[in-house]
Amino acid sequence: MATAARTSPAKAKADAKPDTQFRGTLEAPQPATLSKEQELSAYKHMLLIRRFEEKAGQLYGMGFIGGFCHLYIGQEAVVTGMKLGMREGDQMITAYRDHGHMLAMDMDPRGVMAELTGRRGGYSKGKGGSMHMFSKENKFYGGHGIVGAQVSLGTGLAFANKYRNDGSVCVTYFGDGAANQGQVYESFNMASLWKLPVVYVIENNRYAMGTSVTRSSAETVFSQRGVSFRIPGMQVDGMDVRAVKSASEYALEHARSGQGPIILEMQTYRYRGHSMSDPAKYRSKDEVQKMRSEHDPIEQVKNRMIEQGWASEEELKTIDKDVRDVVADSADFAQTDPEPDASELYTDILL
Amino acid sequence: MPIEILMPALSPTMEEGNLSKWLKNEGDSVAPGDVIAEIETDKATMEVEAVDEGTLGKILIAAGTEGVKVNTPIAVLLQDGESAGDIGSSKPPSSEDAAASPVANVDKEDKATVSSAGDAGEKARRSTDEPSSQADNTKVPATPKAEVAADPDIPAGTEMVATTVREALRDAMAEEMRRDQDVFVMGEEVAEYQGAYKITQGLLQEFGPQRVVDTPITEHGFAGVGVGAAMSGLKPIVEFMTFNFAMQAIDQIVNSAAKTLYMSGGQMGAPIVFRGPNGAAARVGAQHSQDYAAWYSHIPGLKVVQPYTAADAKGLLKAAIRDPNPVIFLENEILYGQSFDVPKLDDFVLPIGKARIHKQGKDVTIVSAGIGMTYAVKAELELREMGIDAEIIDLRTIRPLDFDTILASVKKTNRLVTIEEGFPQNSVGDHIASQVMQRAFDYLDAPVITVCGKDVPMPYAANLEKLALPSVADVVEAVKTVTYRG
Ligand SMILES: Cc1ncc(C[n+]2csc(CCOP(=O)(O)OP(=O)(O)O)c2C)c(N)n1
Ligand SMILES: [Mg+2]
Repeated sequence: MATAARTSPAKAKADAKPDTQFRGTLEAPQPATLSKEQELSAYKHMLLIRRFEEKAGQLYGMGFIGGFCHLYIGQEAVVTGMKLGMREGDQMITAYRDHGHMLAMDMDPRGVMAELTGRRGGYSKGKGGSMHMFSKENKFYGGHGIVGAQVSLGTGLAFANKYRNDGSVCVTYFGDGAANQGQVYESFNMASLWKLPVVYVIENNRYAMGTSVTRSSAETVFSQRGVSFRIPGMQVDGMDVRAVKSASEYALEHARSGQGPIILEMQTYRYRGHSMSDPAKYRSKDEVQKMRSEHDPIEQVKNRMIEQGWASEEELKTIDKDVRDVVADSADFAQTDPEPDASELYTDILL
Repeated sequence: MPIEILMPALSPTMEEGNLSKWLKNEGDSVAPGDVIAEIETDKATMEVEAVDEGTLGKILIAAGTEGVKVNTPIAVLLQDGESAGDIGSSKPPSSEDAAASPVANVDKEDKATVSSAGDAGEKARRSTDEPSSQADNTKVPATPKAEVAADPDIPAGTEMVATTVREALRDAMAEEMRRDQDVFVMGEEVAEYQGAYKITQGLLQEFGPQRVVDTPITEHGFAGVGVGAAMSGLKPIVEFMTFNFAMQAIDQIVNSAAKTLYMSGGQMGAPIVFRGPNGAAARVGAQHSQDYAAWYSHIPGLKVVQPYTAADAKGLLKAAIRDPNPVIFLENEILYGQSFDVPKLDDFVLPIGKARIHKQGKDVTIVSAGIGMTYAVKAELELREMGIDAEIIDLRTIRPLDFDTILASVKKTNRLVTIEEGFPQNSVGDHIASQVMQRAFDYLDAPVITVCGKDVPMPYAANLEKLALPSVADVVEAVKTVTYRG
C-alpha cells in the first residue's frame, strides 16, 4: 500500500535535505527604500502608537487603568514594519505588551483604550483588560498574560492555515525572556517538522522585567534559537522601520511559500519600565538616553522626511495634531463609556 | 485652554508622593515624553513625563513639596498661542477633581515594596466608586487585633513585634538559610531585583548568588531542577512570581515532587517548598487571578499551607522548609503589606496541619484561611453587632486538614460557614462540608454554606471584579441563614 512506501526508511532518508543545504543564519536584507507615502504612513502609525501609549500611561497615573499596564514605547518600528510585509488574512498574536500590535492591526483606538479602562466598549467588553484583548475581525489573536503561551497558540493558528491551505501566515511575537520557555521549543520542532506558515518575531528589547538577556540566556543570539530545529533566523535592526519591512517581506514570503517557519530577532528597546510601576533601576539612564537620542524609530523617519523635503515642520505638526486628536478621542471615550453591565459577569463562559 | 499637569499615581496604591525635583523651568518648551519632574514614593523615585506639547507656563507645586496628593495639579502647560495670562481659564485645583477620578489599587506583580490597603478583602480592591482615602503606609495594622485569641503555640508573656507578612516571610527564609547550608532560594527576579514583590529582599546580599538564584522564565524547567536537587537532599525554596505561573510547572509538582517518595518505596522524597503569591490581586484579570488552594489540596504527597497572619507566615514557612516533604506555600499579594504581631523568639516554628482558633464564639463556626480570613474578621464585627457570637477558625494548613478543630467547634456551635476566594466546584469548603456531614451530621442544625468566588474567570472591569469575589455581605448573609436570622 501507499502508506508502506511513505513510511519506508529508505524513502524518508531520500527526502531529508543534506545538512549542507540548511543555513541557520541569514543576513538581513537591505533596508527597504520607502516612498514618500510609505514614510508618511509609517510615521503616522508609529506616532499613533507612541501617543496612545503615553496617554495610557497618563490614564494609569490617574487611576483609570488598573492592574498591569505594559507600554510599547520605543518598539514602535517592529509592529509597524512587520505589518507592512503582511497581507490580508495574515494573523498576529503576541503577549501582554500588546497595545501597539492592536493599533498596527488597524483596531480602533477607542476600543483598545476602553478595554484598558475596563469599559463595555472595549474589545473584550471590559472583561479582558490590557493584557487580554482580541479581535477576530482584525485577525488579532491576543493579548496573552502567560509568558510563552502565545508561541504555541500562534503555531496552532499556522497549523490551521496549512490545514485549510488558505495561504495565510501567522506572525507570532514573543520577548527575549519568553524565548526561554520550554513550549517555545516544542512549538519550533512541530512548526519545522510540519512546515507550518509561521513567522516568529522575537522582540529582543534586552530585558525581561529586571533581567538582562545576558543574565538569563546561555545563547543571546536569539535568531539562532531555531537552528537545531532547522529554522533559519536573522537579526534585524528593530529600531529602523525600513529594515523591519524588508525582513518582514522576506520572512512572510518564506513562510507562505511552504518553506516552514523562520525567526526574526528584532533588536529593539523599551524606553519605559517593564510596567507602570517598575522604576527600572537595573539599567542606567545613559543607556536609555542613548537609545532615545540615537535610535528613536520615529525621529529616524521624521529626519528622513525633512531631509528629503517630503514634509515640512508645519505638515508634520498637522500630522501630530491629527494623531493627538485620535488619541484624545479614544481617551475621552474610554473614560465616559460605562462599565459592563453586571449581567456580563456570567456571559461568555461557555457557548 | 492651558492644560493642567496632575500628580500621577505611579503604582496602584500610591496616594501621595513628594515632588522632589523639577527638570523643566517655567517658560521651557516641553515635548511629549520629556521628563519634566521627579517624584518620590516610599518605594522609588520615578520620573514624570509630559504627555502634551507646550510651554511650561506655571509651576504650581514647588520642588521639595512633600505629601502631594495624586491628581493634584502640579503645573500648567500652555499651548500654541497661549500666554501665562490664560492660566486663570484652566480649572483651579480642587479636591473634588481628585476624588472624582477612579483610583485603582493594590500592589502589582512587578513592583517594589508597596503595602496594600489597610484592610484586605473587599476594601483593598477599591473600585471606581470608592475613591481611595488611605495612606500608602508600609505597615498597616490588621483588624481587629484585640480579638485574636491567644495562640497556644506562643508562650504567654512573649514579646511581640509588629511585622508585615512580607518581612515575616523574608525573616523565615533568612533564619532557615543561616541554620542549614542545604537551603537555597531560586526563582524569577529573586536575587538582583530583590524579588518581584520584595519578599527575598536582602537575601542575595547576605547569602550570595550560589544560594539565591535568579532563574530564566522557565517555570517547568526550574521546578524540575528544584525537585531533582531535593531528591539529592538539598532543600530548595522555589519561588513562583505568582502561583498562576506555577501552572506551567504543575506536572513537576504533582508527578515528580508529590509522588517520588511513594514510587521509590520510601527511598527518596522531595524536601522542597514551592512558594509565592496565590489568588487574585487587583485588576490583573483572568490569567493572573486564581486561587490554587483546592487544586493542590487534591494531591496525596503534598502539604498545602495558606497563612493569614505574619506570625503564621513565619512559623509555618520555617516548618515548611524543615519538612521532609514537598510543601505548597500559598501567600497573598494583598496580605504582604499587612502588619501583625510576631513573637520575638529565637526559633519560632509552628506545626503544619494545625488550625488556629482566631476568635472563640458559640453561635456559628466560620472556617477560612489566607486572604479569606479578612472577610471572616470583618463579618464577625458586623455579626457581633447583631448579637451573633461567631467562632472563627483559621485553617492555616489546607492539607492535611485539621478536622479535629473543625469538628470540635461544629459540635459546639452546630452551624458552619466556610469562606474562600477560589471557584465553587470542588472547593476546600465543599470538602469540609462533606466531611462534617459524614462525621458530625447529628450536630448540624443547618446545612453548611460555602462562600466562594463566583463560578467565572476573573473579569478585568472594576465593577465585575468586585462581583466575582466573595464579599463580607455574602458572609453575613450566610451566617444569618445558618442561624435562621432571616
Ligand atoms: C509563565 C509566566 N511567568 C512569569 C510571568 C511574569 N512576567 C510577566 S512579563 C515577564 C517578563 C517577560 O519578558 P520578555 O519576554 O522579554 O518580554 P517584554 O516584557 O520585554 O516585552 C515576566 C517574568 C508571566 N506573566 N508568565
Ligand atoms: Mg524583553
